[in-house]
Amino acid sequence: MHSSGQTLNGSEIFFECLRRENVEYIFGYPGGSLLKVYETLYDVKDIQHILVRHEQGATHMAEGYARATGKTGVVLVTSGPGATNTVTGIANAYMDSTPLVVFTGQVPSTLIGNDAFQEADIIGITRSITKHNFLVKDVKELAITIRKAFFLANNGRPGPVLIDMPKDILNASCAFNWPETVEIRGFKPTIKCHINQVEKAAHKIAKAKRPLLYIGGGVISANASEELKAFAIKKNIPITMTLQGLGAFPGNHPLSMGMLGMHGTYWANQAVNTCDVLIAVGARFDDRVTGKIETFAPQAYKIHNDIDPTNVDKNVKVDLPIVGDAKHFLAAILEEMPEKLENLEPWLAEIQTWREKCPLTYTADDKDLRTEFVIDEVSKQTAGNAVVVTDVGQHQMWTSQYYIFNNPRSIITSGGLGTMGFGLPAAIGAAFGIKDRPVILFCGDGGIMMNIQELVTAVHYKTPIKIFLINNSYLGMVRQWQELFHKEKYSFTDLSDSNPDFVKVAEAFGCKTFMADNPDTARDAIKKALAYNEGPVFVDFRVVKKDMVFPMVPAGGSISDMLLARLNPKTMV
Amino acid sequence: MKHIISVLVENKFGTLNRVANMFSARGFNLASISIGETEDPEFSRMTIVTHGEDQIISQVVKQLNRLVDTVKVTDLTRQPHVERELLLMTLKLSKTQQHEIFELINVFKGKVVDIKQKSITIEVIGSPDKINTTIDIFKPYGIKELSRSGAVAIHRGE
Ligand SMILES: Cc1ncc(C[n+]2csc(CCOP(=O)(O)OP(=O)(O)O)c2C)c(N)n1
Ligand SMILES: [Mg+2]
Repeated sequence: MHSSGQTLNGSEIFFECLRRENVEYIFGYPGGSLLKVYETLYDVKDIQHILVRHEQGATHMAEGYARATGKTGVVLVTSGPGATNTVTGIANAYMDSTPLVVFTGQVPSTLIGNDAFQEADIIGITRSITKHNFLVKDVKELAITIRKAFFLANNGRPGPVLIDMPKDILNASCAFNWPETVEIRGFKPTIKCHINQVEKAAHKIAKAKRPLLYIGGGVISANASEELKAFAIKKNIPITMTLQGLGAFPGNHPLSMGMLGMHGTYWANQAVNTCDVLIAVGARFDDRVTGKIETFAPQAYKIHNDIDPTNVDKNVKVDLPIVGDAKHFLAAILEEMPEKLENLEPWLAEIQTWREKCPLTYTADDKDLRTEFVIDEVSKQTAGNAVVVTDVGQHQMWTSQYYIFNNPRSIITSGGLGTMGFGLPAAIGAAFGIKDRPVILFCGDGGIMMNIQELVTAVHYKTPIKIFLINNSYLGMVRQWQELFHKEKYSFTDLSDSNPDFVKVAEAFGCKTFMADNPDTARDAIKKALAYNEGPVFVDFRVVKKDMVFPMVPAGGSISDMLLARLNPKTMV
Repeated sequence: MKHIISVLVENKFGTLNRVANMFSARGFNLASISIGETEDPEFSRMTIVTHGEDQIISQVVKQLNRLVDTVKVTDLTRQPHVERELLLMTLKLSKTQQHEIFELINVFKGKVVDIKQKSITIEVIGSPDKINTTIDIFKPYGIKELSRSGAVAIHRGE
């Protein structure tokens, strides 16, 4: 470590700052504008640089790492194409409030604006998908800018921050000074909730006959699971979670109702429809959750706690907004709750009848393999304690339904942007952060091709991820919509004639591989994959082709429009 | 409803872009935006005129606040404030209507800032409403070109 006051060049300052931010990993890819940084990196031993094979992979790895650990993910890419390749990952992190700091090289200051070789206006391009971004114009500004970026990324509502570093800045020298404190005038997130509001909420909840907790990813970002558990269990209030909120409360607890929304459980959605007080915490009333706004929780007095004031009253007008950190809110509300509550047993009993009426089930025979079975089996074999990463599509929704998440930071998935190609790199990133639990990826046969190159990274670093390919030979989720809403015109979603032999592909990259096409071989492959820890293991699960995810509330529909089963029963295979 | 919002921002490059960008990205209406340095060169003040229902405006204000470069956001609409706009306008000058034009300039408390053989450039300062009226009234005389500053506004002092 260099000491303060020492004269360093920009690249040395860069690493010195990362050290002080306790960065363990950089997910990066070199290039012309970063040559100096990589020169310095050659002798850096205390920060590990992970070489990816595509810069989009780097951003998703950093996201996976950040979501699994709660730390800020760090990305380092060169100017121009290196920078533009990060755009999808940055947008993804922005939508899912994942803390990232993305460093982009830039052409020398004097050439900016001249259409120089490998120049892209990445500041302009990422303005609306970052929490904030910075162009460093003077090497003296580099340290404070990095300090601010990390502060912004992981305070308040987390999100991605980008720093653009022109080549000449990285070569120039100045006295290094690490700012111990950081002050950003325009950034003062409200952490502590207004206690009067909390008190009001407590009284409302105490009088409720049918209260319901609607929990989003904010509870996980705020590390507020313990507070949630304490509050919900003590007060016996049932809980439904969003895709990003899964794991905030143990899925195997009787108060957990699983996910709500488009592919949520029947009983969770019925509960939303019927509750008289809805307590939304760290959730943002996304359209995939609410369906038709006018009919969302129509009888409920709505309490909404969120750290980001813009989330409040954005989609749904609430009765009691409470801006602040979820951890603070959940601790404070338990304090403020009167001892005596309404008797909630009739409410819990009603939920139980819904649960029994339409449980999540699938029929399994011993011939055909269904995704639901695979996920269910993985959930059982890992006792709901794995870190589960998904890509986007049907397999993602089935994961939310059939994997029982018992811990926070256990589902890592692209919710807001719905980015195919997220899964594989995110799983690799997660595995760098989490060593004591298995990291499992469920990925579609469509999505795996979108960042397949990162298999190299997994193999090279011997990352022990379990890549479970849910191979239905279709862009399954799109196919489902085509069947349900588009006259069964299966336009460009059938991949059976074009998909490669995935086992061979994975083998060529150097993965350990298995194939399974019936429940027996699947069960066995899962067991073997979980036992293999020398590097990535890839299992090609050849599942039935035409399965569908139910229940489903059609986009923009109400709970009453919920489809519980296939409209048009056909064979699944 | 029309709203006039005053925003104190960091005087840094790109701030105007961030604000304008946020309006377009979120589909908010942006009628005018003006910006200039304040008494403290570290800050600029922006005056934004927008239209929308209360719920939208409350989102606009919150989204403005969320930008890291904004330091203070005030919706002046329902508070005592002064609002002014500058109009620069070049009119055709014909002998026959010369007299009328000069008379109208006086009525609107305008100032002649340039005069040529066949044209005259005037400045008028007033509320945006007054500027609208000015333009309407002068239209029949032949407006060659006009430029409006957009509103600037400030809280009335105590
Ligand atoms: C980058 C990107 N392109 C397109 C889509 C639209 N899309 C959503 S789900 C899906 C199908 C995914 O197919 P697959 O990966 O095989 O997963 P499955 O649904 O079959 O489980 C598509 C194309 C998307 N979400 N992301
Ligand atoms: Mg598929």
